[in-house]
Amino acid sequence: MSFKKDEDSGGMSFYHDKSTVIQEARVFNESPISPRKCRALLTRIVYLLYVGETFSTQEATTLFFGVTKLFQHKDVALRQMVYLVIKELSTIADDVIMVTSSIMKDMQPNLEVVYRPNAIRALARIIDAQSVQSVERYFKSALVDRSPSISSASLISSYHLFPLSPSIIKRWSNEAQEAVNAKAVSSYSGGASAYLSGGGQGGYQAAASSSYIMQYHALGLLYLIREKDRMAITKMVQQLGSNGKGSSIIRNPMAMCMLIRFARKVMDEDPNVRKQMHEYLESLLRHKSEMVNIEAARAICEMRDVQPADLFRTIAVLQLFLNSPKPVIKFAAVKTLNKLAMTLPQSVATVNVEMENLITDSNRSIATYAITTLLKTGNEASVDRLMKQISSFMADITDEFKIIVVDAIRSLCLKFPAKQAVMLSFLSGVLRDEGGYDFKHAVVEAIFDMIKFIKDCREAALAHLCEFIEDCEFTKLSVRILHLLGIEGPKTRNPTKFIRYIYNRVVLENAVVRAAAVSSLAKFGVCVEDSAVMKSVNVLLRRCLDDVDDEVRDRAAMYIKVLEEKSLADVFVRDEAQFSLATLENELVSYVKDDSKHSAAFDVSSIPKVSREQAQAEVAQSRPSALDIAGPSNHAAAEPTPGPSSSAEGSSYGAQLAAVPELESYGPVLKSSTKPVELTESETEYVVSAVKHIFKEHIVFQFNVSNTIPDTVLEQVAVIIQPSPDSGLTEDFIVPIDSLSPANGSGVVYVSFTRDDPTSYAAGTFTCTLKFISKEVDPTSGEPEEEGYDDEYQVEELDLGAGDYITPTYVTFASEWDKLADAASLTETFALSSSESLKDACKSLIEVLNMLPLGGTESPTSNSVHTLNLAGLVISAGGEKASKILARCRMTYSPGAGVTLELGVRAEKEEAARLVMAAI
Amino acid sequence: MGGSLSKVMEKLGKAFGTKEMRILMLGLDAAGKTTILYKLKLNQSVTTIPTVGFNVETVTYKNVKFNVWDVGGQDKIRPLWRHYYTGTQGLIFVIDSNDENRIDEARHELDRILSDREMQNCLLLVFANKQDIEGAMSPAVVTERLGLHKLKGGRLWYVHPSCATTGDGLSEGLQWLSANVKGQR
Repeated sequence: MSFKKDEDSGGMSFYHDKSTVIQEARVFNESPISPRKCRALLTRIVYLLYVGETFSTQEATTLFFGVTKLFQHKDVALRQMVYLVIKELSTIADDVIMVTSSIMKDMQPNLEVVYRPNAIRALARIIDAQSVQSVERYFKSALVDRSPSISSASLISSYHLFPLSPSIIKRWSNEAQEAVNAKAVSSYSGGASAYLSGGGQGGYQAAASSSYIMQYHALGLLYLIREKDRMAITKMVQQLGSNGKGSSIIRNPMAMCMLIRFARKVMDEDPNVRKQMHEYLESLLRHKSEMVNIEAARAICEMRDVQPADLFRTIAVLQLFLNSPKPVIKFAAVKTLNKLAMTLPQSVATVNVEMENLITDSNRSIATYAITTLLKTGNEASVDRLMKQISSFMADITDEFKIIVVDAIRSLCLKFPAKQAVMLSFLSGVLRDEGGYDFKHAVVEAIFDMIKFIKDCREAALAHLCEFIEDCEFTKLSVRILHLLGIEGPKTRNPTKFIRYIYNRVVLENAVVRAAAVSSLAKFGVCVEDSAVMKSVNVLLRRCLDDVDDEVRDRAAMYIKVLEEKSLADVFVRDEAQFSLATLENELVSYVKDDSKHSAAFDVSSIPKVSREQAQAEVAQSRPSALDIAGPSNHAAAEPTPGPSSSAEGSSYGAQLAAVPELESYGPVLKSSTKPVELTESETEYVVSAVKHIFKEHIVFQFNVSNTIPDTVLEQVAVIIQPSPDSGLTEDFIVPIDSLSPANGSGVVYVSFTRDDPTSYAAGTFTCTLKFISKEVDPTSGEPEEEGYDDEYQVEELDLGAGDYITPTYVTFASEWDKLADAASLTETFALSSSESLKDACKSLIEVLNMLPLGGTESPTSNSVHTLNLAGLVISAGGEKASKILARCRMTYSPGAGVTLELGVRAEKEEAARLVMAAI
Repeated sequence: MGGSLSKVMEKLGKAFGTKEMRILMLGLDAAGKTTILYKLKLNQSVTTIPTVGFNVETVTYKNVKFNVWDVGGQDKIRPLWRHYYTGTQGLIFVIDSNDENRIDEARHELDRILSDREMQNCLLLVFANKQDIEGAMSPAVVTERLGLHKLKGGRLWYVHPSCATTGDGLSEGLQWLSANVKGQR
């Protein structure tokens, strides 16, 4: 019997292809309808869609209209299936509005039907933006329906409709709020009414559950509605979290987890509530749901600037979870601790005993995390044992976990340089294993770090890398390794042994790798102090002149020339400076886009230069995780250097300004101030910051204004600027913001001035006043009221000075200083009475002049005498190319007299030198 | 078990002469289609909103089960009428007798429906609706304006005055349909 049944309706029938299904769709048109046959066919349609079969618009539309005919039958199971198929087809078929009427009928609140939620969910898929308003009434009642399945369905549908018609959905937030709050009571009454009305309603009411899942959905919707309004989100978290006291009205653990995520976001954005939120999260560590405990623990561990003292309770909770019988809980706990160990290994070290037990866990993922955590927290003695343990199962885990292991080892070798031999042999071992690009990349990066920070391992590591590129399928990695060999190889005791490996690449690889190998070879020729090496490199390069690829030949030809003339080598191979890449890219893009510039060659001298160390520091900043743990050995390298990164920021304004039509005729921006100047406290009702842009004949002030007052819209927002009388600037026009509400974030006001005399550097102090029309927002409609009133708001004064015309740049100070000896040169002596120490004086000089301190002279070593060397590029007053300027600040300090400064300035142009002099 | 029971019922139905008929009800927007449908189904005059899509109900009248499809008449829905032609035995075309301005538009739509291959053999019942309004066109005028006398192909057609809100004339229409429908498939 059962066998026969299997044959009839078994899985095989689902493997029919699309054309059969479309053929059989005729049953939808039969009369009377057979619900059983139709349901089976609908199931097959859904199955086909699920396994990735695609239907053309026409096929889907035909099927869709067939399916609509099934609305004539009242069979409940059939109707549910119909809705499922409609939802799936709604994105492919045309004219899906055809079922609107039928769905609205099924949504009627008086209908005690089980498929009402299905109807609501389907409606959200087929409706268009204009029709949302017409279903508002249905939705508002469904949102607060006492059946959780209906309220959940309408909450989710509202969530999906939000992008379509945000203004209407925003009006439903009261109902969504009610869905969060009222359930604790109403589900009791729902149960009671089912009891009182006996069996009649029983089947329907059985759907009522105690999971409170609609709280999760309602919270999601509320967040979406209020997302842009920080105050409202904060209030919501505070209310729903009961301010950390008593029991929360939120019963659903998933809703709690979501609330925790909101709380985390709130405390990241607003430091004022941090303490309160932290206490709230701590209280949740005792919540009865493990899911909530884990989420809260994770939120605390990921708090910004978390301190070990904040973590005792959290770690204790996670420690308990490490012994949990449930793998999921164990995994979540160990993963959280692993992440924390990156920043605070000493805090995580307290759970080392439990971690040790997990090393042998049968779940490889848990074991991997446990070992890598121990590598971060453990002491030097345990390293050997752990490494052995990992090697044993390295082959069993996926690339993703291998990368985690490699990263852990990378930070470990920086922490315990004495263990480098073990780790290097491990890394070179895994380098030979099978693996994808990401994995190999991680290993190569790790070896690079070792070469950089651990001198002892350099030769061995380079040898391993050489071996790796002999058989490396990833061009990108080969190129990077060849570049590194070119830099590090010549410094080793026996550089010639690397040359063979590199030249092999020239013979065997693709053009990109060959070109990199040529550059690398040339570095050996230049940097190794042995004429025999230089000679043989020359021979090798000459062979490359016959290469089929242009780039390879060009490089070879250039380097042959460089080898012959020593002065060229200094410029092209040994030069320690490089261009600030972000600025260079930006300038090149604007050059390529602007046809009028093409008559002249691209002017590379206007690009500020940075030293290689700075460039590396910038790269290091972008991946701080490894260096954070590297410890004091490379602390200096990880410290942020202000110069280069800010120049990258400055260049990003270009695109923004190009979008303002009024400024189109001004030509390119010569200079934008690096960081916005805050003109208000960050907690005031209107937050204003300013950026200064210098053009050839104009100066444009950009004011970033944001409005933080809820339910108020500012219109015609302008900034009125009063320049000081002798500033030499004439106001042109103001580009105001039309409308600014707390929801749309911030807007930008531009105020343009003409430089009366473009050859002089205008300077002065400006008083700024924010001027606008303030309108209240009607809470019901969400529209601003007709009537508003004019208002003004005083913000702080704005300075324009020498620093705004200068860009920091990197030069080799001593040689440049000598070179400019014949150029414009000024020397004066000042008494800096306001400075309390040499350090203070250095800081304020760098800030005022906006020039780059060279050779570490920004931090004085002595308390009484110091010389600060500065370099910068000054925008030329006439608008031609920027000129170089150097400043030597010789300072003495005595407690009675304060700081005395002898400022020597040398510049390519005299007015530039005067500009700097006048700034002090 | 449910399946076998319904089969028994079907056989019983045939034995007692219960007929089943598939009816498509079309017409311009605001002609009164949905009001007619629910008057027939519930015997109540309901307040309707413009139908975006369709309504389908089963109405039993004198041993005949009418399966009535009422499809919305708005411009944007008219091109979709054709999806519901298949298997239709009777077309009820509803005319707003008080809307002389759009009677030509109605004729145009009717011609288009009747020229479809799937509709070759179906009966045509025209309800000249809204007869309660003073100055409404008489059934004779409606017949004339729709050009029904010139219909080709020997189609059976019938025009009947009606008032959907009171229900006047509706049952006579159904009576005509059940009398003229050809034997069961």
